[in-house]
Amino acid sequence: MQRPASLATLLGFRRPALPASLSRSLSCAQDVLRRTPLYDFHLAHGGRMVAFAGWSLPVQYRDSHVDSHLHTRRHCSLFDVSHMLQTKIFGCDRVKLMESLVVGDIAELKPNQGTLSLFTNEAGGILDDLIVTNTSEGYLYVVSNAGCWDKDLALMQDKVRELQSRGSDVSLEVVDNALLALQGPAAAQVLQAGVAEDLKKLPFMTSAVMEVFGVSGCRVTRCGYTGEDGVEISVPVAGAVHVAMALLQNPEVKLAGLAARDSLRLEAGLCLYGNDIDEHTTPVEGSLSWTLGKRRRVTMDFPGATVIVPQLKGKVERRRVGLMCEGAPMRAHSLILCTEGTVIGTVTSGCPSPCLKKNVAMGYVPSKYSRPGTQLLVEVRRKQQMAIVSKMPFVPTNYYALK
Amino acid sequence: MRFIRPRPTPVGPVAQARRSSVAGSVPVVACSLHTASVPFASCPIRRWQLWAGAVRSLSTGMALLKARKFSGKHEWITTENGIGTVGISNFAQEALGDVVYYSLPEVGTKLEKQDEFGALESVKAASELYSPLSGEVTEINEALAENPGLVNQSCYEDGWLIKMTVSDPSELDELMSEEAYKKYVKSIEE
Repeated sequence: MQRPASLATLLGFRRPALPASLSRSLSCAQDVLRRTPLYDFHLAHGGRMVAFAGWSLPVQYRDSHVDSHLHTRRHCSLFDVSHMLQTKIFGCDRVKLMESLVVGDIAELKPNQGTLSLFTNEAGGILDDLIVTNTSEGYLYVVSNAGCWDKDLALMQDKVRELQSRGSDVSLEVVDNALLALQGPAAAQVLQAGVAEDLKKLPFMTSAVMEVFGVSGCRVTRCGYTGEDGVEISVPVAGAVHVAMALLQNPEVKLAGLAARDSLRLEAGLCLYGNDIDEHTTPVEGSLSWTLGKRRRVTMDFPGATVIVPQLKGKVERRRVGLMCEGAPMRAHSLILCTEGTVIGTVTSGCPSPCLKKNVAMGYVPSKYSRPGTQLLVEVRRKQQMAIVSKMPFVPTNYYALK
Repeated sequence: MRFIRPRPTPVGPVAQARRSSVAGSVPVVACSLHTASVPFASCPIRRWQLWAGAVRSLSTGMALLKARKFSGKHEWITTENGIGTVGISNFAQEALGDVVYYSLPEVGTKLEKQDEFGALESVKAASELYSPLSGEVTEINEALAENPGLVNQSCYEDGWLIKMTVSDPSELDELMSEEAYKKYVKSIEE
């Protein structure tokens, strides 16, 4: 067999090209990867480190990928996601700034409510997906992808400067915190032991600042990338290892890495930017129309609105769909064919589902083939296999709602 | 890496040799002690006397003839009676992860050295398999159907992939010994 060039490549994580300035400064140290505050902690716990989006992160620990994946769905797992970009936007005009860059109704967010949104460009393409939260502390809290760090920061900083030059009250600060994701049915119960606030009052997509296992100034957001109930905890660097250790004390908790993170999000039908959505996909093509704010669709005041909004009523050439098949796994770049044998699209992400014991994937097909239940073919290992368009999530989600 | 240990009780060819000391047919083990690659049919006939010492040296001899060789693509092969057993190395199974899907050739498939003969897939990775030698596939490991994870649990024993004839035994010399393979793995890990 061929030795995998890098596990990150095998995972299907596409590494975006570095901007020229960053490439030049790294030219003398090509292999320098950024490290999170938990780097030594990962090594001490048997983490197998790989390069991902310019960071050194654990792909897995001592447990197998499948065990780690299943443990998350049955108990809970702790992921280090500190590589993601965390920013705060301050000022009276912070919502105006955010809305000038994203497609969502940010003004309508209730205090401490967050939402998934998209940065778009003038051509209607998605620049990144992100979570923006309207905190009750006077700032918007934004979490976006590590692979788009420089692009997103430049985008937001340029807009800050532009608005400031026009007299707006707005500023931006990068949050230099660790970010820990605790995901699974036991996550809330595990975290409850370390916080005074009643987590039963923190539903999906809400956020609060609290002391976590004695570390003050932590932001806890009820969200994640697995489809399970869980939280992402933004922890000041000095307290990161302590919080991770405290969580790991609980026998329900195991560490999990990038491998499980990818198979979990795929089962949950969640996109990976760079694979399933990119600058050449519009939100409508990406089956993310729900992110387009009701008001914004009318006011058309977000980048690419003139391309995107008409797509809501008219036709899109292609749509992102879920696919399931048996036999050989579908992977990124596998061809999708109609039953007559014509190539009609491509798979953008795929893997064997540890929960379903079938193969799941996401890909793009022309709209007329996008209805769930449509029979298609996927070319894997030079053979054509039957595949069926499936609703996502493939595995039911368990987001926590207030009862 | 697992070391090849001589088997405590010799099996197969030695048992045959016991019978053949009476029948006078070719004792495989004896001729195999000369070179591992001489095919059964061309061995000279030799009288064989069984005694405890011989049995012990036979088992060591068998371990030698079954000594694992490795390809640069991380397949291993052992040969016995002209039949090669092929699998993937521990380094390869660890890098791949839990095998959830496999594709192996049909019995009778003729393979040239380095021909792609199948694939193994885990949740996160897929990898093709390349034949370490030329020959014809005689058997595939049916146990994998129930438990593809055998490749991870026992990559050198129960997790074997295919058996094949060895049409050109000199190709074995082109493969790496276990020692050489260990060095090779070390060099690529750096």
